[in-house]
Order: sequence, then C-alpha cells, then structure tokens
Amino acid sequence: MNNTEQIKRSLKKRYAKERRFRLYGLTAIVVSFLFLFTLLADITLKAIPAFTQAWVQLDVSFESDTLGLDNVNEQTINEGKFRKAVKSSTYNLFPDVSKRKQKKELSALVSGGAQYQIRDQLLDNPEWLGTTQTVWVKADDQLDVWLESDGELGKISEQQEQWIAALQEQDRIKRSFNTTLFTAGDSREPEQAGILGALVGSLLTLAVTLVLSITVGVATAIYLEIFAPQNRFTDFIEININNLAAVPSIIFGLLGLAIFISLFGVPRSTPLVGGLVLSLMTLPTIIVSSRAALKSVPPSLMEAALGLGASKMQAVFQHALPLAMPGILTGAIIGMAQALGETAPLLMIGMVAFIVDVPSGVLDAATVLPVQIYLWADSPERAFTAMTAAGILILLVFLVAMNSLAIVLRKRFERRW
Amino acid sequence: MSNNTDQQNTDLDQLVGETTGTPFLPDEKVKMSARNVDVFYADKQAIFDNSLDIGKNEVLAMIGPSGCGKSTFLRTLNRMNDTIPICRITGEIKLDDENIYGKDIDPVLLRARVGMVFQKPNPFPKSIYDNVAYGPRLHGLARNKADLDEIVVTSLKRAGLFDEVKDRLDASGTGLSGGQQQRLCIARTIAVSPEVILMDEPASALDPIATAIIEELIDELRQNFTIAIVTHSMQQAARVSQRTAYFHLGKLVEVGETNQIFTNPAHQLTENYITGRFG
Repeated sequence: MNNTEQIKRSLKKRYAKERRFRLYGLTAIVVSFLFLFTLLADITLKAIPAFTQAWVQLDVSFESDTLGLDNVNEQTINEGKFRKAVKSSTYNLFPDVSKRKQKKELSALVSGGAQYQIRDQLLDNPEWLGTTQTVWVKADDQLDVWLESDGELGKISEQQEQWIAALQEQDRIKRSFNTTLFTAGDSREPEQAGILGALVGSLLTLAVTLVLSITVGVATAIYLEIFAPQNRFTDFIEININNLAAVPSIIFGLLGLAIFISLFGVPRSTPLVGGLVLSLMTLPTIIVSSRAALKSVPPSLMEAALGLGASKMQAVFQHALPLAMPGILTGAIIGMAQALGETAPLLMIGMVAFIVDVPSGVLDAATVLPVQIYLWADSPERAFTAMTAAGILILLVFLVAMNSLAIVLRKRFERRW
Repeated sequence: MSNNTDQQNTDLDQLVGETTGTPFLPDEKVKMSARNVDVFYADKQAIFDNSLDIGKNEVLAMIGPSGCGKSTFLRTLNRMNDTIPICRITGEIKLDDENIYGKDIDPVLLRARVGMVFQKPNPFPKSIYDNVAYGPRLHGLARNKADLDEIVVTSLKRAGLFDEVKDRLDASGTGLSGGQQQRLCIARTIAVSPEVILMDEPASALDPIATAIIEELIDELRQNFTIAIVTHSMQQAARVSQRTAYFHLGKLVEVGETNQIFTNPAHQLTENYITGRFG
C-alpha cells in the first residue's frame, strides 16, 4: 500500500517532467520555424521589385540620315548611330526642353542599353529603315526603383518627376515581368543584369564536381572499406580524410590556385578549376558517408555472394553497392549542397571576376550563384539590392530542386525490396 | 608462435591426445581431406592440428561446445576464412586430391565447387527467381533463358520450396518466412551444382517444424552431394548424419559412425559432452 502511494506521487512528477520536455522541444521547433519564415519572407519581399521592369515608350526615327546607315545587315549595323537616335527620340517626348542640363536629365530616364535594343530590333526588321516606329525601351534603373518604391527611393529630380507624371498620363510608361533577369549575364547596369551567367556557371561547376567527387569518392570508399588491408598506411589515409573535412574552405581555394592554376595551368575563373576545387572540398563528405553506407550493408549478404563463388568485386558491385546507394546518395546530396553554396574557395581562383558573357563550356570564364550574389550585394546601385535578394531566392530554389531530385532518386533506389 | 600458445598446445595435447576413432577413410571413399590443419586469428590459435576425411555422399556432423572451432574448421573447407584479413591457415586441405590452398587454386572456382549455407538465412534482397539464378548467371551455367528457368525450378524443387513459391517467383526473397528463406538459400547453393555443401548451423534460427523440413531435405540431398554440417543440436546430428566429429577447444577429439558416437563414445570428453555434463 505504502509503495503504491509512493509510486503515485512520483508518477505525477515524472509526467510533469515529460510534459515540460515536450514543451521545450515544441518551443524550439516553433522558434526556429519563425526565424526561417521571417528570413524567407524578408528575402521574398525584398526580391519582388527585381522581378518587374519599367519600360518607356519612344517614337524612334530609323531615318538613314540620323542613323548613318544605307542598308541593314550584320556588317553595317554596328556603324549605326543608335545612341543618337535614342537621345533625339527621348528629347522629342518633351520638345520644349532645351537646356543642356535638362536634356541630360531627360535622357537619363532611359536605360543606357536602349541603343543596343533598338539596334537588334532594326536588325530583325530591316524594313524599318527610313520609317518611324513606336518601341518600348527599358527605363533607367533609378526610374525603376523610384516607381517600385512609390517615389521613396531612387535618384529622381523634381523636374524628372513632372516628366514621369506626364509620360504616365500618355501611357508611355509600363511595368512588366523582368525576363532579362533570367536571360542575361551580369552587367554594371541593374536593368541589363541577369543571373543566367551565374546559373549556367553554377551548373557547369557542379557537373564537374559531381562527376569527379562521386567517382573518386565512391571508388575510394569501396577500396578503403572492402579491399584495403588494415595497416598503418590505410589508418594514416583515413585520419587524413577525416581531417580534410575540417579544413577551412578558403584553404582549398589556395590549394587550387597553387596546384591547378599555377602548376597544371588550368585556366582560371573557369567552371573546370572551380569544379576541381569544390571536388576536393566535397570528397571527404562523400567518402565518409559512402563508407558508413557500405559498412551498414549486412556482411551476411557479401558472404552469401562470396559463398556462391562471386569475386569480391562482383559481391561489392552486385550486392553491397546497390544497398548502400541511398546512403551514398545522401552523402552526395550534402556534398553538392555544400558545393553549391560555397564562395570562399572560388574567390581565390578568380571566379569572382566581373563576367558578362554566359559561359558555354567548362573552359569559359564564369561565375557562380553565391559569388554573383556577393558581387551584387557589393554594387552601389540601389536596384541591385532587390537583385541580390532575387539571386538568393533563385539559389534557394535551385538548392531545393536539387535536393528534391536527390530524394526522388534515393526513394527509387530504396524501393528495390 | 608465442610461448603462451605453446603452453596452451601442450595442455590441450595432454587433455585430448590424438584424435580417437576413425578420422580417416579408405581412399576411394574420400571427397575432402584435411591434414594437420592449424588456424590462427592474429596470434590466437583457434584450430589445433586437426586431420579429418569427409566421405563421398555422406553427411558429416560437427558437434561441440560453443567456441570449439567447428565453424572455423568448416569455413576453412571453402576458404571463406580468406575474407578475414587476420586469419592464417597452415596444413593441407584437399578436394579430390587437389590442395585447395595451392597456388593455382582460385577461391572463386573453389566456392562454386564447395557451396555454403549460413547460420542465419541470408537471401539477397532480390526476387526468389533472381536469388536462385544468381549463381548460374554468375558462372554462366545456363545457355539461355529456358535453361536458366529449368535450373531455377529444379533447384527449388530439390530444396522442397517450389510448391510453396511457384506462383510468386518474382516476389522478394526476403519476404519469405525464416524456414522458407533458409530453403531458398539451400536452393541457391545447389543451383550452382556444387560437389560439397557446407552448412553452418542451418536450422539454429528456425522453429521445430521448419527444422524438421530442413533435416529431411539434408537427408535427400545426400544422394547427390557431400555434406558437412555444423550443429548445436545433438539430436539433429544423430538424425541427419552418418559420421560425427566432436571438437573441443579447437581440437578434434573423436570421429566415428554417428550411432557409435552417441551410444558408445570412446573418449571421455565426448561422453561428458553428449551426456550433458558440460557444453
């Protein structure tokens, strides 16, 4: 009787303890989700302006005289005076503006890239030569920012404000989805800048990393786990691999600079050298997780295969490896996610350069998403703030897509019995 | 060898002495023979100078207390111990007059000739069909699909499993019951048509009914194969084997006709064990 009372009393305490513990856990989860949500909401809100672009409607005169062009083809087009054409059609919006300073302010409303845009349009429509066409050209980033912030931000003078109001009245200003963000490389002008160069650079770099680190990593793991004799030398290698995982990533950049670029002459700033450096960085992760995955395969299966007369190699590739695949893939995902977000080692091998062209191969100069974000964050133009946030969003989307793909792959491997 | 092991050796020699009974058979009956086999795990000796013949189409049972080296000895017969890096073997083991530890012997080929069934059923996580077909595919034993089908069906029939699984050959082998899994493993082993089958306590993880089925199966398999079986159960040894070998602390104590071993053991240690005084 006494005992029961004793237990009853302690039970109450024990249950209270459990409830408290659950509460702690729940609080921790809620708080971390709150942080995550705040972060994502903040980035998304900041990124929204980057996805729209303001346009100004101009009546551009494509007269032969003004352009200095007699006919339109690939060779002659570059001799055309399109800058002048854009300027004069901008002045034509407000014919009464005559002062030099005011003219300058007026033409500042239109993007510096407008001349190239109308050049390309003329090249596509040669019959426009000698006519006047109504075309939409990109507005300057200051105007864009000013519109997006409802006049709060952006360097717009009072005079310019009046012009903008007048243009809006005539429906000569519109906003539309910013496709340039996804179709162009980097630029000093925010309205011309896009993320495609960095995106392709990231893809190429990751492809190099994936191929190198998975083949070398998995082969190393199989050798060390299954074939290698247990001696001091393999112990030494194992310790070194584990230590490699703890080396600060910038050191890998220095190593890449010294070995790959200086010694082997791999061209700098390229996805190839970036991939090589990132492979070195992800190798330890992949090796360690692949070894763990191989170790967790029941030895009885290997024995069964060996007992039937399979060679060690057959036993590994036909039985151990398929079963270890989900674990190996998990390691590879973690490694790739690390590589995707890595900036520091790439700074050392020249991938921080300002590169306008979208790379077309692993030997072209390129930059990658996180470095692009870093570059934009460092740019003085106000419009790059939104671009930076948009870049982060795109990087996150990329990361989530990659991880989902990997999870799907893993599920497929797991489903085989 | 360390002094310690030498000391151990001498003690054991005094306790056991030479192997009693009939470890050797007339030449024409011998399938496998072991002579003066020692096995070491690093510095620790597990098997001491054992010699034994295994006859054609006989079931040889190996019994003894835990850790007496019977499983280790069994695994030397198809060089499964090779997979343990610290394991070292001296002496001579012959299969049909060929030293299986000879330089020109490929362990892969040897294991196709001397198959093995393990203590815990270990089917591959593949279909029943693929489990049985694995060995024949590995060694290219079937010329075409029909051939392979034939091998799979015959093997499953001989393992007494076919009737239970004939409608679901493409179901997972790991989804079968424990006893069925073990028979699947036996079918997998005999699909390669080995000459000798080694069984390491094949029924220890099974219930009495599944055990009875396996025991019947072993008796039938004797028509075509030579079988060496390690078992913890003396009743099982008595039921399935023609000859029995008793191991004690890594030393082969006594070998003889199963009837004689269980009714009239010659060595004191054997008698102690089978009468249940230890072990």
